[in-house]
Amino acid sequence: MVETSEPNAAQDVTKAEVRNLNFYYGDFHALKNINMPVYEKNVTALIGPSGCGKSTFLRSFNRMHDLYPGNRYAGEIRLFPDDVNVLAASVDPIEVRMRISMVFQKPNPFPKTIYENVAYGLRVRGESRRVVLNEKVEEALRSAALWGEVKDRLNDLAFNLSGGQQQRVCIARALATDPEILLFDEPTSALDPIATASIEELIHDLKSRVTIVIVTHNMQQAARVSDYTAYMYLGELVEFDVTDTIFIKPKKKQTEDYITGRFG
Amino acid sequence: MAYARDLNQIRALIATHKRWDLVFALCGLLALMIGVLSFAVLFVDMAIDGLPRLSAEFFTNFPSRRPAQAGILSAWVGSCLVMIVTAFFAVPLGVASGLYLEEYASKNWVTDLIEINITNLAGVPSIVYGLLALGLFVYQFGLGQSILAAGLTLALLILPVVIVATREAIRSIPQGIREGAYALGATRWQVCKDHVVPYSSAGILTGVIIGMARAIGETAPVITIGALTFIAFLPPAPLTSAAPFVSFEWVTSPFTVMPIQIFNWTSRPEAAFHQNAAAAGLVLVLMTLAMNGLAIWLRYQLRKNLKW
Repeated sequence: MVETSEPNAAQDVTKAEVRNLNFYYGDFHALKNINMPVYEKNVTALIGPSGCGKSTFLRSFNRMHDLYPGNRYAGEIRLFPDDVNVLAASVDPIEVRMRISMVFQKPNPFPKTIYENVAYGLRVRGESRRVVLNEKVEEALRSAALWGEVKDRLNDLAFNLSGGQQQRVCIARALATDPEILLFDEPTSALDPIATASIEELIHDLKSRVTIVIVTHNMQQAARVSDYTAYMYLGELVEFDVTDTIFIKPKKKQTEDYITGRFG
Repeated sequence: MAYARDLNQIRALIATHKRWDLVFALCGLLALMIGVLSFAVLFVDMAIDGLPRLSAEFFTNFPSRRPAQAGILSAWVGSCLVMIVTAFFAVPLGVASGLYLEEYASKNWVTDLIEINITNLAGVPSIVYGLLALGLFVYQFGLGQSILAAGLTLALLILPVVIVATREAIRSIPQGIREGAYALGATRWQVCKDHVVPYSSAGILTGVIIGMARAIGETAPVITIGALTFIAFLPPAPLTSAAPFVSFEWVTSPFTVMPIQIFNWTSRPEAAFHQNAAAAGLVLVLMTLAMNGLAIWLRYQLRKNLKW
């Protein structure tokens, strides 16, 4: 047995379990029979070349595909502890999105104030008490390492912030409602290296309170922030393991070729 | 033929190509001037004729048999009241339709058919709306030759404009914004009311005002439903001194509007009335320009906070 550092599949609690997941955009079979666990309070990275289906996979977790016609899931993503299949037709996608939050590739703050951006998830849930909102907004902004920078201008438009700050507003917005899983879809691809470093640091800090799944096209980023890594190719999951194992001693030749840059 | 290789050949070639730039720039300018100058000539001609007639009394006098005493009081009040009714019906109907088509309706052949028909509706001659309104509003619904009937008719007329403007404004909102809201667990209606409608309001308002600017100049449908051409009283005031202080009696009142007043004066033989018509025409054009100006200003104000 290879002794890896922190992550330990034997001890980590399963937060979600993907079972025989298939996904179709109309006739296009985009995800093929994916099986893997997502461990609680760990960071799981999805890597692979463009078009391998990693974003499609990520967007299945919170049923984003339900927003567009012609999309179809088969298989299961079981969410624990209540062991519910979030892809089941009987489960309301809105309920799933209330439990599993998402941060997008391009920062997408609403054209509203910083405060209203962060408070929106709570407002959707019917919270209108100012005291509660104030408290939650502050807590979320602190968690997103943004409070110090914006506390004096919460009523400024979020658009007036820098790209990195906007992305942290989006993270705070997703955190304010205490999601069980936080999905990141290439969150730094539109940011400069300094903003990228701060987001990566933030992801590292956040895993103590939330389970994270992150799609990245940047292998160094996956190596830096994640505990587990899944390598995907052409809609299939090639290999899933502890990040160190994937990057140091992958079991499959194909993974090794991609990691070492011989392919991709 | 060999292509240009040495520098002199290249320069000669660029010079030839640039001549065509100049040729098109001139043609474009000419085409533009034809439009702009014709409007300027019309406007100046009307201003020369009408300007001497413009005075405070012209706005506060009713029409009269004596051209020097005739005014446009009943016409501009009528136009304003009809516009209020038009906006009251066209805005909610148009915005709701546009919102439904963009955010709710599934994309299938029924939606396509509706879309094509809305575009077609925008091209239906206004007199046809007048005929429809005469049968439906005036007789069938028994609204008579009232401000309400006229407002409803013009609302129908500008509905396609409002729907198209609403849809275009909604489409310009990036999908990322919607996804951001949906990802937080918002329902379709929450996304519409908290995001789509507020962010598209600038475009919607612009469309509404441009539609209204068209409606205020419409003559044919208003004549068809029987607006009066000579009217020497105002509709009852909407605010009253006795409780409940608000009265809607004015919507059932007979009325006239600016273009009808102009038409009426133009058809008279006396030259003095033609001057009145020019003056009223000037007022109408200025009203339309003011509305378009308002649309531009509102769009600027509302879009200041929207960047994507």
